Amino acid sequence: MPAIPLAKAPQPAATDPAQIRNFCIIAHIDHGKSTLADRMLGITEVVDPRNMREQYLDRMDIERERGITIKSQAVRLPWRSGIDGKEYILNMIDTPGHVDFTYEVSRSLAASEGAVLLVDCAQGIEAQTLANLYLAMENNLKIIPVLNKIDLPAAQPDKFAAELAKLIGCEPSDCLRVSGKTGDGVADLLDQIVAQIPAPKGDANAPARALIFDSVYDVYRGVVTYVRVIDGHLSARDQIQMYSTGVRHEMLEVGVISPEPVPSKGLGVGEVGYLITGVKDVRQSRVGDTVTNYNNPTKTPLAGYKDPKPMVFSGLYPLDGADYPVLREALDKLQLNDAALVYEPESSAALGFGFRCGFLGLLHMEIVRERLERESNLSLISTAPNVVYQVILDDGKSITVTNPSEFPDGKIVSVEEPIVRSTILAPSEFIGAIMELCQQRRGVLLGMDYLSEDRVEIRYTLPLAEIVFDFFDKLKSSTRGYASLDYEAIGDAEGDLVKVDILLQGEPVDAFSAIVHREKAYAYGLMMTAKLRQLIPRQQFEVPIQAAIGARIIARETISAIRKDVLAKCYGGDISRKRKLLEKQKEGKKRMKMVGRVEVPQEAFVAALATDADIDKAKAARK
Amino acid sequence: MSDLSFYVHIPYCVRRCGYCDFNTYTPSELLDNGTLETVSGDYIDAVLLELALAKKSVQGEVPTIFFGGGTPSLLPAADLGRVITAIRHGWQVSENCEITLEANPDSVDEVKLAQLREAGFNRISFGMQSAVPHVLKVLDRTHQPENIAKVVEFARIAGFESVSLDLIYGSPGESLDNWRTSVEAALSLNVDHVSAYALIVETGTKLANQIKRGELTPPVDDLMADMYLLVDELAQARGLSWYELSNWSKPGHESRHNKAYWLNANWWGVGPGAHSHLDGIRWWNVKHPDAYKLALFSGKSPEHDREVLTSSQRSDESIMLAIRMREGIALKDLTQSQQDRAVGYSLSGHLDPSRWDEGILQLTPTGRLIADRIVRELVV
Repeated sequence: MPAIPLAKAPQPAATDPAQIRNFCIIAHIDHGKSTLADRMLGITEVVDPRNMREQYLDRMDIERERGITIKSQAVRLPWRSGIDGKEYILNMIDTPGHVDFTYEVSRSLAASEGAVLLVDCAQGIEAQTLANLYLAMENNLKIIPVLNKIDLPAAQPDKFAAELAKLIGCEPSDCLRVSGKTGDGVADLLDQIVAQIPAPKGDANAPARALIFDSVYDVYRGVVTYVRVIDGHLSARDQIQMYSTGVRHEMLEVGVISPEPVPSKGLGVGEVGYLITGVKDVRQSRVGDTVTNYNNPTKTPLAGYKDPKPMVFSGLYPLDGADYPVLREALDKLQLNDAALVYEPESSAALGFGFRCGFLGLLHMEIVRERLERESNLSLISTAPNVVYQVILDDGKSITVTNPSEFPDGKIVSVEEPIVRSTILAPSEFIGAIMELCQQRRGVLLGMDYLSEDRVEIRYTLPLAEIVFDFFDKLKSSTRGYASLDYEAIGDAEGDLVKVDILLQGEPVDAFSAIVHREKAYAYGLMMTAKLRQLIPRQQFEVPIQAAIGARIIARETISAIRKDVLAKCYGGDISRKRKLLEKQKEGKKRMKMVGRVEVPQEAFVAALATDADIDKAKAARK
Repeated sequence: MSDLSFYVHIPYCVRRCGYCDFNTYTPSELLDNGTLETVSGDYIDAVLLELALAKKSVQGEVPTIFFGGGTPSLLPAADLGRVITAIRHGWQVSENCEITLEANPDSVDEVKLAQLREAGFNRISFGMQSAVPHVLKVLDRTHQPENIAKVVEFARIAGFESVSLDLIYGSPGESLDNWRTSVEAALSLNVDHVSAYALIVETGTKLANQIKRGELTPPVDDLMADMYLLVDELAQARGLSWYELSNWSKPGHESRHNKAYWLNANWWGVGPGAHSHLDGIRWWNVKHPDAYKLALFSGKSPEHDREVLTSSQRSDESIMLAIRMREGIALKDLTQSQQDRAVGYSLSGHLDPSRWDEGILQLTPTGRLIADRIVRELVV
C-alpha cells in the first residue's frame, strides 16, 4: 500500500523540502471537495477507518449542514508515490469555495505551490470556481484539472474535459477523472500531485520567515495560528516575533495537523503547521503577517494580504431587546475568528438597540447571522442589506453612509456607489433571461463567451447595491438553478441615487429607509407601502403609510381605523377566561414596537424586511 | 349580611346549534342514552347536593337567581322549582329577588309558562336571535320567527315582571337590513330588556368548520360595528337605554344578575362547568354532567380548579368589567398614568367628554366597540 504509517513517515522539522508538496483544492460548493478530502484522509490512512466520518475536516456544524467550508485548514498526508516508490509529505490546504471568501482563498493559494481544480463532471465549472482558478493562475500555481463524480449517471466527462482544457490551456486528456465517492482515481491523483506540483524552495539557513495564512480562536487553547514556513526553521524551544507588531511571543506548542493536531519539535522549510502562543485574540496573530525568530529576526517580511473590506452592511437587532448584551458578546466572540466581520452599535427608533455589521458579501452575512442565532441562541431581525455610499455635499464635504437612515438631507452634489464586475456562467438557453435580469438591475454588458457548445460566460458590470438584496435568488429562479455568479469590486461610480423614507402617520421608520436609484424609487415606495398595509394591524385611528423622497410623497396607502375590538359576551360568568385573554393580549402589547402612536408588531418588521425567497423558505419550513 | 347570587346551569339541549360551544349536551351525546325527562330528575338531585355543600360554607342574602344553559326551559317546571325551593330553604332570599329563566321559544307554551311563573320565576329571557329565516337557519335555530310574539304574550299573561329577548348579529349572510328587521321585530313587542351579542366563531364548532370549508363567509368586523351602532340607536329610540355593553333595558329593568357579574359581586355557580366567585376567589366545576353527578353522588365537591386573584389581577378585572357599564369608572379610581393614557380616547370620541369632565370614564357607542383595546391601554 502507498500509505505510510505516521510514525515511520518523514517527521516535521526533519523533512527534506524536496519530499514536500503543498497543494490546495479549488472547487465549487457542492462539487465534492469535502468528500474527496475525506477519501484522501482514508487512502493515506491518517484517519483510522473506525474514526472516519463525513466531511471530516469541516469542524463547524454549519459547515457540515450546508456542505461548505468556511475556514481553511491544512492537513499533513504522508504518501508513497506509486510512480517512483519514494516517500512524500503532502500538505492539503483546504479552501473555502464561495465568492465571499475570496480573501481566504487567496491565503490558501499563497501557501501552496499547486492547486487541484475540482469540477463536478455532471455540472461543469461554476463562476466562483472560475474566479478562484484565475486567482491561482495569477499566483503561478501549477493547476491539476480533475473531473469529479465520474460515477454519476449524468456525468459528461468528455464535454467538461474540453471545457477545462480550453480554460487552462491544456489537453482534454490531461484532466484526471476521479470519484470521491467510490475512491476511483484518487491514488492516481495523489501520485500526480507528487509528479506535477513543484517542491517548495527556501533557504534553510536564513532567519525564519513563515506566512500566517489562518488564525483561529479555540476556547481551550487560545489562538491557533496556521503557518507556512518559507525560509529558516521554527522550533518548539524558540521565542517568536510577529513582524508587523514586533511583539515577542512564547512558543507554547508547534505541530502539524494530521488531521488531529500532533505536536512536533518544529517546522522546516516548505512545511505547513500550527503554532500556539497563548494569545487570546486573532488580531494579535494577524493573517498575512510574517512570523520570525525573536533572537534572529528577518529584515524582509513576506508579501501579506490586503485586509478584507466589508462590502455589505446590515443592521442586526435582537428580537427581544433584553438580548442586546448577549448579541454584543456573541459578536465579540465571533470576531475572534473572523477578522472580516466588523460591527458597531447603532440604535433604531423602530428596532431598538442593535449593531450595524459589515460583511464580505451575502453568504458571509447569512453565515454570521446563522452562527449568532445558533451558537448564542438568539433571535435576530436583520435590516435589508445595503452597500457603502460616498455622498458629496455642496460644501465639498464627503460623507460615508453605511446606513440609509444616515443619508444626509442637505444639498447633495453627487452620490457614489460601489460597482462590481460580475461573471455569470449558465447554459446558453438562459442568456435571454439573464440579460433581462441584469438590464433591470442597471447592468452594463461587458462581454460573453461560449465555454462549450451550450454553456456561456456572461460578464456584466453591476452596482453592488443591485445584487445585495435578492439578485442571486432571482438569477437562480430564472435559470432553474443552473446559473452561477461571481463578482469582484472594481471601484465606485456616481449614480442617480435617492433615499426613500417610509412614514407611518408622518413619522419616518428608520428600518425601512432605502437608498435606491431614482427610477426605482416609485416602485420601492409602492411595494413597501402595500406590504405594510397588509402587515400592520388596524389602530383606533386612521394610519397613513407614505413613501417619500425628502418632502415629496411618492406613494400612499391608508390603514383605516379599527371599529370593533371587543368581545361581547362573557360565558356564564367565566371571568377568568376573559382575564386570561387580557393577560395574553397584554403580553402581546408589550412586544409591540411604537412608531409614534402606531403599534407595530415585531413580525411586521420581520416580514416587511424579508425577500420573496425568505418568505418562500419560511413557507417551506412550515410545511 | 353580604349578598350571594346563584347561577344554575342546565347543561341540556334538544340539539346543538351550529355556533354554540357552551357546556351543553344533547340526549344523544350523553353516555346513558336517556331522554331529557329521565336525565332531569337525576340531575336536579345532584344540583341539590351541591347546594347543600354551598350552604355549609357560605351564608348571605340572595338578590338574584339565574337559570342558564343549555336550555333550562326544557326541564319540567317542577324540577326547576325544586332548586328554587332549596335555595329558599338554605338562604335568606330577598323579597324582590330577581329569578330569571333562559328559555327557548320552541320549548314553552302558555301552560308551561304559567307553571314556571308558579315555580317562582319572575323574569324570562327568550333566545330570539333573529327574525330573519335565513339567519336563523345559519344559526341552526329551529323556531318560527312568529312564535316569539306568541311566547312574549304568554309570558305577560303568566305574570312575568320582566321579559327580555336575546339577539345575535353578524351571522354569515346577514345584511344590515336583515339586522334592522330583527331589532325592530324585537322592539315592536314592547319587551323590557334586549341583549344583542356579536356572533363569535368559536373554534371546533360546526359554524367554524363551515367557514373553514368556504361554505359560509366569516363575520365582518366593520359590518358588525354598524350593526352594533344600529341596535343602540333603535333601542334608545324605544326607551331602552344601554346599561352594559351588550344590554339595553327600560328603566328599572336592568338585569341585576347580569350586573352582579360585571360589578364583581359574589355568586355561586351550580352545575357542571359553572363558575363561582367569592371575595377574590374564582372556582369552576368539572365540565361533564356525568363527572359532576359522580362527584356529588359520592360525596365529593364537583370543583375542578380555582384561582386566588392577586391584587393586580383584581384591579385589572375591575377595570375590564366596570368599563362595560353605563356607570363607567370613576377617574379617581385610576392612576394618573392610566388617566393620561385614556385621555386620547376622550379626544377621539371613544369616551364621553362631558362625563370625563365630571370625573367619569364612560364609553360612547364607538368606544364600546373598542372597549377591549381601551382596557389593554389601561392595564398594560
